[in-house]
Amino acid sequence: MAVCIAVIAKENYPLYIRSVPTQGELKFHYTVHTSLDVVEEKISGVGKALADQRELYLGLLYPTEDYKVYGYVTNSKVKFVIVVDSSNTSLRDNEIRSMFRKLHNSFTDVMCNPFYNPGDPIQSKAFDSIVSTMMVQAF
Amino acid sequence: MGYPNQPLTNESQSHILGLVTGSAPRPPADRPVLRHPDTSMDKQEAWSPPQSPGISPPRSPSAYRCYSYGAQRNGTDTLLAYEAKGPGLPGVPQENSSPSHYSLRLQPEQPVVTRVEVASVERVEVDYSDDPWRITEEQREYYTNQFRSLQPDLSALIMGTVAKNFFTKSKLPIPELSHIWELSDVDKDGALTFPEFCTAFHLIVARKNGYPLPETLPATLRPGFVEAGVLTAPPSEIIGSVDQQMTSRPGVTAKQEVRDESRKREFFLKRIPEPHEKPIQHISTLKPDSPQELDTNMKSRTRPRSYSSTSIDDAMKKVEEPPTPPPRPQKTHSRASSLDLNKLFQQSAQGAKSGWLPPPPALPPRPPATQIFSFLPGSEKSSQKAVQQPNFADFSKFRVEQESSVRGDLSTEDLTPPKSDSTVLHQGHAPQKPVRRKLHPESQSATPPLATPYSAATLTKSTQRPPPKQKREIQMAIRKNRETNAVLTRLNSELQQQLKVVHRERVTLESQLELLRPVASI
Repeated sequence: MAVCIAVIAKENYPLYIRSVPTQGELKFHYTVHTSLDVVEEKISGVGKALADQRELYLGLLYPTEDYKVYGYVTNSKVKFVIVVDSSNTSLRDNEIRSMFRKLHNSFTDVMCNPFYNPGDPIQSKAFDSIVSTMMVQAF
Repeated sequence: MGYPNQPLTNESQSHILGLVTGSAPRPPADRPVLRHPDTSMDKQEAWSPPQSPGISPPRSPSAYRCYSYGAQRNGTDTLLAYEAKGPGLPGVPQENSSPSHYSLRLQPEQPVVTRVEVASVERVEVDYSDDPWRITEEQREYYTNQFRSLQPDLSALIMGTVAKNFFTKSKLPIPELSHIWELSDVDKDGALTFPEFCTAFHLIVARKNGYPLPETLPATLRPGFVEAGVLTAPPSEIIGSVDQQMTSRPGVTAKQEVRDESRKREFFLKRIPEPHEKPIQHISTLKPDSPQELDTNMKSRTRPRSYSSTSIDDAMKKVEEPPTPPPRPQKTHSRASSLDLNKLFQQSAQGAKSGWLPPPPALPPRPPATQIFSFLPGSEKSSQKAVQQPNFADFSKFRVEQESSVRGDLSTEDLTPPKSDSTVLHQGHAPQKPVRRKLHPESQSATPPLATPYSAATLTKSTQRPPPKQKREIQMAIRKNRETNAVLTRLNSELQQQLKVVHRERVTLESQLELLRPVASI
């Protein structure tokens, strides 16, 4: 269960960011923002190789004492960032991958909507619902 | 139906108003309550005054059942309404208690079964007629027409951009349209199949009538439901009552809304018989479908991109066209570049009336060869008149239309037959000349004689058409051929005269040139 989920556009501005409102959300926003540097580093490292050979799932970007940050990049340079609580050790890599896969699918659904202009903030209720299922079911 | 496209026209409005006035009983509540068909409900409850423009689709059902649409947004009202219904609606209070309006929508799927049972027990009337999320026959027909305007093939897909432009005309805010799209595009392929299109259109209609958009797609709007629940013979009374309701709705502003309501009615009607016939079965089948639908949405699906090649431009044009489609009834090929015998005869018949001579567009100058060329095919075709006579017989009624519409085409197209390049210029001039000359003959008295025989022929043809006998057809064909022969001979003579004139001019010009040449050389 994630604590914060964010979708970053290609130009590195957030299309969608949502976090569990326990702590200050600003903290998560900051974390996601700083994680973008790591994402860039990872994707630029494989830049010499063909883009399709690059793994979409970036894995653990960096851990902090409180939480871990995972990253995922699509072929259109849209980045998904998931922040999970470090105390939640039961989360395995496959689960994170599946979360990213679901995110990617629902993001594709949003993209398929002709009324959605790429670059707009994501306001899809379906997308929200999927994110909700992955967020920590607090309260 | 001649429903106009998104831009509501007066026609559609009047039509819709007519429908609305028809339904008497229901006080027009623009805010249809998202209630499930509550047959036990009586019309006692007045509807809250419509806050949203237009028509409340559920009106039709009200005829049957009195369910109150009143203040649908108002949970308390709904509670009261449902409670008043009394027995047999155990599920209703549950629905009403739902906090949000949207949730009302979702609930129907569950209590529907109970409701349907109760309703079926209590009444024979439509249970679902007032369900705003059911598409009525009329509505479906309307949606079908709209779909065809975008994509003639009902089994093909409408591209996302096409659908976007089309739905944007409904003047709904983009986020709502986006949400509607999300709900209706169940296979998430960025295009709409026909059921998806109906669903989307229906949701738009509902939204325009003030219904809040549901969070999830109602079971009745799922493509599977729609296709499965095809009514066979909805009770006529229900249909009648539905229509009445439709008409009684006042404040029909947007035609589209009215139409949509009528469409909804259709579906309501459709659904009505089903519930009565097999309410429980249907609902129960739907229920498993709905969770499956949700699951599919959740799962990762392949996104087939196999769109049929729809011409977006054509679709756009069709969408923007005025309500009535253009006079397609031109069974003749108005665009045929070659001489079409049908066209020829029709034109001749038409031309007779208006003095229009058959195409042989007059390509005076060089075109003589080309003209002959063009005539030859005509003659060849004339030899096949007998075969084509039935066409004439059939098309005589379209003569007038074709005359006016085809004339222009023929004049331009016949005048520019694909001939040798050298004659292109001449042909370019030729069209003008022949056209003008043709127009003159129209005004001249020479043509009237032709006109009369043509008109007579047409009249006779029209009269003779009813009994489709080959003999008469042949006679008609013969008459037509004679007429065309006369016309062609006259045209030929005129062209020959023009040819002579042009030759003379040419000779004079050449002589002048020769005279000037020695001067220039000097």
